[in-house]
Amino acid sequence: MTRFVLHRIGQSLLLLLLVSMIGFALLHLAPGGPLAQFALTPGMSQEAMQRIAHQMGLDQPLPAQYWQWLRRLLVGDWGRSYRDSQPVLWVIGSHLGATLELMASSTLLAMILGTGVGVLGAIRRYSLADYAAMVGAMVALSIPTFWFGLVMIYVFSVRLAWLPAGNIATAGDGSLLDYARHLIQPCVVLALVTVATWSRYMRASMLEVINQDYVRTARAKGLRQLQVLVHHSLRNALLPMITVAGVQLPILLSGALVTETVFTWPGMGRLFLDSLGYRDYPVVMGLLIFSAILVLAGNLIADLLYVVADPRIRLT
Amino acid sequence: MSGTVADIPAASFPPARSTRAATRFLRHRLAVAGVVVVVLLIAACAIGPMLSPYGPLTIDLRRRFQAPLAGPHWLGSDQLGRDLLVRLLMAGRISLTVGFVAMGISTAVGVLVGLLAGFYRGWIGTALMRLVDAVLCFPSIFLLLTLAALVSPSLATITLIIALTAWMEVARVVQGQVIALRERDFAVAAEAIGASDGYIMLRELLPNIMAPIIVAATLNVARAILAESYISYLGYGIQPPTASWGNMLNNAQEYLESAPWLALLPGAVITLAVTSFNFIGDGLRDALDPRGDRSA
Repeated sequence: MTRFVLHRIGQSLLLLLLVSMIGFALLHLAPGGPLAQFALTPGMSQEAMQRIAHQMGLDQPLPAQYWQWLRRLLVGDWGRSYRDSQPVLWVIGSHLGATLELMASSTLLAMILGTGVGVLGAIRRYSLADYAAMVGAMVALSIPTFWFGLVMIYVFSVRLAWLPAGNIATAGDGSLLDYARHLIQPCVVLALVTVATWSRYMRASMLEVINQDYVRTARAKGLRQLQVLVHHSLRNALLPMITVAGVQLPILLSGALVTETVFTWPGMGRLFLDSLGYRDYPVVMGLLIFSAILVLAGNLIADLLYVVADPRIRLT
Repeated sequence: MSGTVADIPAASFPPARSTRAATRFLRHRLAVAGVVVVVLLIAACAIGPMLSPYGPLTIDLRRRFQAPLAGPHWLGSDQLGRDLLVRLLMAGRISLTVGFVAMGISTAVGVLVGLLAGFYRGWIGTALMRLVDAVLCFPSIFLLLTLAALVSPSLATITLIIALTAWMEVARVVQGQVIALRERDFAVAAEAIGASDGYIMLRELLPNIMAPIIVAATLNVARAILAESYISYLGYGIQPPTASWGNMLNNAQEYLESAPWLALLPGAVITLAVTSFNFIGDGLRDALDPRGDRSA
């Protein structure tokens, strides 16, 4: 067990190193490289540029540059935003909350709906509802998220005028109800893909469990169907979903970026697009690496949780 | 061109098995419907614009924002009075081309990486598969947009970028299959008679893993079309005046109130195309690999 945990953590650190190398390579592909912001300053002479390049260590060989960059990365010095000179980590941190709220609420919604649909599909296999759910899931996976957002806005904001079309809150109105009204649409839009994926995995996982001996034994003992379903089948069928949740994380982050853009939700995704528009490369690269680290950490936690949650797994 | 999708595996199987696979595919009604839709879409995009009196860039300011079915423009017109139907079909040429070409490149790269990683299982294989893991850590849209912002956007660069962010899954599938197959008798025999590594990989192993590759490639078309629509919608993909399904939605949000069809129709076409490819992929999986993993 300890060995597995250590091995898994070591593996993640190795991946982190690779991720940082990819990030570093991309940073140097950016036009002008790390010097871009100074090149735009008027009256900047060639000599001054070279001096700055020397100060920033850009005249050193690439491996040395990478090593310095990595050291700064590890101590939390991610550079400063071109736009407002704030530290990159601080800028990311100030937008993280909104994204996490959106992701958490939509994941919760998706898990509840997805579990329900998946379980129903498994116990009523090949029924009309099961087919409808499977086709629906496939269509849901094929809809461009941003377009689904536009359709939602058209129906619920433009036509019915029930919900606000964007933003996180009405200015001057700090009530929870107002926040909830703003959250509904982006939450549902972001949940769409997750519901589809979750229900498909849930159905498969449930089908596997339903045919196990201990479920038949539970039925044979004369337990009520619902009790067998919840206590014997569902609990075990949910276990592999921990891994699914981890694997879904990058897709969820991608979805959040698009959803936040459509609904002008002030999170990490919008920050990313804004920074891209301003060519604010330190923030863009910071967000790119930050999201990759988030995914890495999410997968690691999911793997460790799975071992804790499922005592049948004996790792050496 | 997609009408023959079901026939592609025929080359790699003895007749009896391919007939069975075709039968199984035809029984998958949604997959067949997908093929029909894709063929119709391709035909419409190829021929349609030639039959229309309007060009995709013909501006007619007197007929701006004509609603669908309410005038000479069948599917309405946009903010410049351009015919929406012709623009949808022209955009379809671009989006479908991006989809197929990106699929071709990403599948080729994925197969190559997967073959090498599965065959040379020492440090080469480990390094390649760790690279796959590392690239998969980046949420695809973040990676796509960063790359798209770094290059000058053109049809070729956008296609390449999409391909470069979509080869990893193919590589994983191929690597897994190669590891399983290379210990089998036929591969060991080929090695024993002195066949070169390249020969074993391409002539012995590759033909035996075509089924999962074809399935993954079909799903990659769907993903590439979606990816193009995302980055073009966000303004970093195909640039106007060239229309793509994604960039037609680019500023449609402004007109959501006054001209909703500008947002609703292109998205519906994207959904239709992507759903079709996904169903075809699903049908091919059932047809080619009946005992395969159907969990998701």
